[in-house]
Formats: sequence, structure tokens, C-alpha cells
Amino acid sequence: MSVVLRTEGLAKTFTLHLQSGVRLPVLAGIDITVHEGQCVALAGPSGAGKSTLLRSLYSNYRVDTGRICVRHRGALVDLAAADPRTILAVRAESLGYVSQFLRVVPRVPARDVVAEVLTARSTPLAEARDRATDLLLRLNIPPRLHALPPATFSGGEQQRINLARGFIGGHPVLLLDEPTASLDAANRDVVIGMIWEAKARGVAIVGIFHDAEVRAAVADRLFEIAPLQDAA
Amino acid sequence: MTCLSAAIADDDTLLAARGLALRFGAIQALDGVDAELWPGEVLAVVGESGSGKTTLLNVLSGRMRPDAGFVWVRDPAGRRQDLHAMPEPALRALHRSDWGFVQQNPRDTLRMNVSAGGNIGERLMAQGARHYGIIRATAADWLREVEIDPDRIDDLPRTFSGGMLQRLQIARTLVTHPRLVFMDEPTGGLDVSVQARLLDLIRGLVARLHISVVLVTHDLAVARLLAQRIMVMQRGRVVETGLTDQVLDDPHHPYTQLLVSSVLAA
Repeated sequence: MSVVLRTEGLAKTFTLHLQSGVRLPVLAGIDITVHEGQCVALAGPSGAGKSTLLRSLYSNYRVDTGRICVRHRGALVDLAAADPRTILAVRAESLGYVSQFLRVVPRVPARDVVAEVLTARSTPLAEARDRATDLLLRLNIPPRLHALPPATFSGGEQQRINLARGFIGGHPVLLLDEPTASLDAANRDVVIGMIWEAKARGVAIVGIFHDAEVRAAVADRLFEIAPLQDAA
Repeated sequence: MTCLSAAIADDDTLLAARGLALRFGAIQALDGVDAELWPGEVLAVVGESGSGKTTLLNVLSGRMRPDAGFVWVRDPAGRRQDLHAMPEPALRALHRSDWGFVQQNPRDTLRMNVSAGGNIGERLMAQGARHYGIIRATAADWLREVEIDPDRIDDLPRTFSGGMLQRLQIARTLVTHPRLVFMDEPTGGLDVSVQARLLDLIRGLVARLHISVVLVTHDLAVARLLAQRIMVMQRGRVVETGLTDQVLDDPHHPYTQLLVSSVLAA
């Protein structure tokens, strides 16, 4: 099975200039390899840097050293060295990310928040909306909500909109940050089913799953992150 | 297995600036500024008042001449042109159709004693359109596009609210299908509720029409919503640049950290 995501020697230190330049080393020497169809769960105590690693893999946080190789159009591309335009292309086609919280855009209805991922790739609007509707229904978002902007939705509803947005693109690599944190048991099972189907299609997943049941259901292995000592 | 640090190969950059410097008396308004813009990209220039962002916009659009450095632009025929060496008529022609400028105050570009439809049609006529029926129909389409009732086509802009005036300015600018639009604090003077509508409108139009935008704003939320990439300016220098989400979520420079941490979360 081929490698779709691999990091080499990732390191990340935050420098807080407003707190007299205090330096917080969070990641060092991270080497992780993920193959097609695999799901790797990031493990470690709170504050160990699981979310920082996930955000770094997405190039949302910029690492200090190391490489982040993601399969894109048949080759591995180093996101840590890529120009902004390449990073955007990799995110659009090859690397998806479901954050914990939905960033709401005023006035855009839930269905279009989801469909946007496809229309950005030139999928016709009607087709994109149909697929968004299917996915929202599967995640038990009632049709009367599809045409409303999600700003006023509950936490669990917003998370499901975010999940629909993350899964609709069918990205070959998917990063999931606590995808079931605010979901009830029924919706949690829907998400587990979606993760299984994605894996069966060959999608590689790196995720943070605090829910032990979900983790046991989807993860093939754990990747342990040990907290680093604070440098003075 | 190798891992490429590949860049996008085809060079279709629309505009590039290198080493721009400009001094107003004792004030260094621009100090060694580099910038580039791709087709369809929205680039936000952020920073506080006096950071040089509006001066940069004026230099990039050819309204001001730098003391040092250069700007080249790709003309409609695909050739690179040294912006500040272009003859005045050629620059004016660029601004008439291929480029657009959206000011913070729409009263600076709109003609207040000419009807809404006339304001839109004027730019089409400057481009050579002559058929009255087509010009009027296009103006009505654009009013609809910016969510102004086409029945208002013969009304004077002075009867419009601030938000409507800004939308009219956008219709007037985009009617010629420019490839590049400069925007200076387009939501600046508006109520928050009106801002959201305008931002959503700009966001949709820019994506659908594949327009490149250089957007000057002091509002980081506006940059987050509209721009793929961001440049942070302080005292005439670019102190940090990157994808918008990178710069706002993981700011590196002390000044960017200060800006990001000064925003109140609603």
C-alpha cells in the first residue's frame, strides 16, 4: 500500500513576543507515516501537541523544521517548503481537514457551506447542492435547516455541517480534530460509518478522538505524542 | 520515496512589485516592499493607520510613483508592462476597463447627480458601448447582482443608503469585467449588519468572476473572510506574509501577534 502522508523531523516552537518572548517548544522530531486506507489516532495527554500536529499537517501552523509530504497528483509534495498557491491546491484536491468548530460565514446557507468545496473545483452548482443535501440528510440535519445559515445552529448541528463539508470533497487524506465531540450516540455512529467507508475507499485519516469507543472503532494504530519540556 | 518542494510551474503572475520605496518628507511610507498577485487571488494588506497600506495600493495601481523599485503588470494582451513607464493614456485605458478601484467612500467615485443606471452605464460607454438598450439592460442586471431593486435605476445615488451606495460603486466597477480590482477599506464606513451583506456579496462575485483583488483593510475578520493571502505592514515594511489562515492562526512577527491578540472575539 502506498504512502500518502509522511513527516520527517517536524519541529514546532511557539514564540510569544507579547509575553516577553517566552518560547514554547511543542513538537520535535515527529516522524509519522500513513498509508492508503489507514486511520492513525493521535494520542497523548492534553497539551501534548495533538492539535498543533494536526494543524501543522494541514499547514495551518507553520513548522520550524522538517518535511510534510502529502500525495498530490501522483507525487509527494512537501508542504513545509511549498509556496502558498501549491498549499491551496493540495488542500483543495488532496488534503481535507475537519476542525472542531465551524467558522461561520454570514448569510451563506448550510447547504452551500458544504457545496462550496465542490463548486470551488468547478462542479456544477446543482450537482454540488444535491450531494451536499444527501450528506446533510445522512448526518440527520433536517431539510428545513439546509437553506439557513448555520450561525444560529446548536453546537452539534454546526459540527455535523463541518463534517459534511470535510467529507464531501472525498480528499485522499483527511485530518479530523475531535469529529464526534458534541454528537449524540446516533450521530456518532453515522460518523463512524462515514469513516469506515472512507477508509474502504483508500482514504488515509489522521485524527484526534477523545471518545475511546470511537477511537477503538476507527483507528488502526495510535501515534503517541509525549509532551516536551518547556525551555526557559 | 522522494518528496518534492514543487512550485506551480506556469508563470501567470498578474502583477509583481520589487523593492518599492516612497518617502513623504520625514515619513518612510514604503520601505523595500515586494508583492505579487496571481489570477483570481485576493490579497489582503493589513496594518494600522499610517502603516503604508493605502500608499502601497496607490503605487500598485499606478496612482503614485515610487522613489525606488518597480511594478510590472500583465496587460490584457498578456505582455508584461512596467507600470510606471506606461504612457498616461495606456494607464487610463487599463483603469477604464481591465482594472477597477473601489474606494472606502463611494461618493469619491460615484457621480451623485447622475442616476444609478447612468453611473453603471458610464463605465460601459467609456469602454465603447453605444447601444442605449443594451447599456440600460446591463445596468439593470448589475443592480440586481448587487441586490439593489432595478426599479431604482433612474434614482439619484443621493437617495441611497450608505450600504446601497457601496454596492452601486461595486456594480459600476465590475460591469466591465475587470481582471484586477483594488479595494481600499470597502466596508469601512458601514454598519456591521450592512458589512456582512457586502462582504458576502464581494466574496461571491470575486469567486464567480475570477477577479484578482488587492484589498486594503485594517479589519482582520474582513481579511479572513475574503483573502487567500495576507501581507502585514508596519511603518512602510511588510513584516509578515503568508496564507491568511497561517498568519492569523500562527502569527510569527511581534506586530502581527499584537494585531491578532487585540481583536475582541464576539
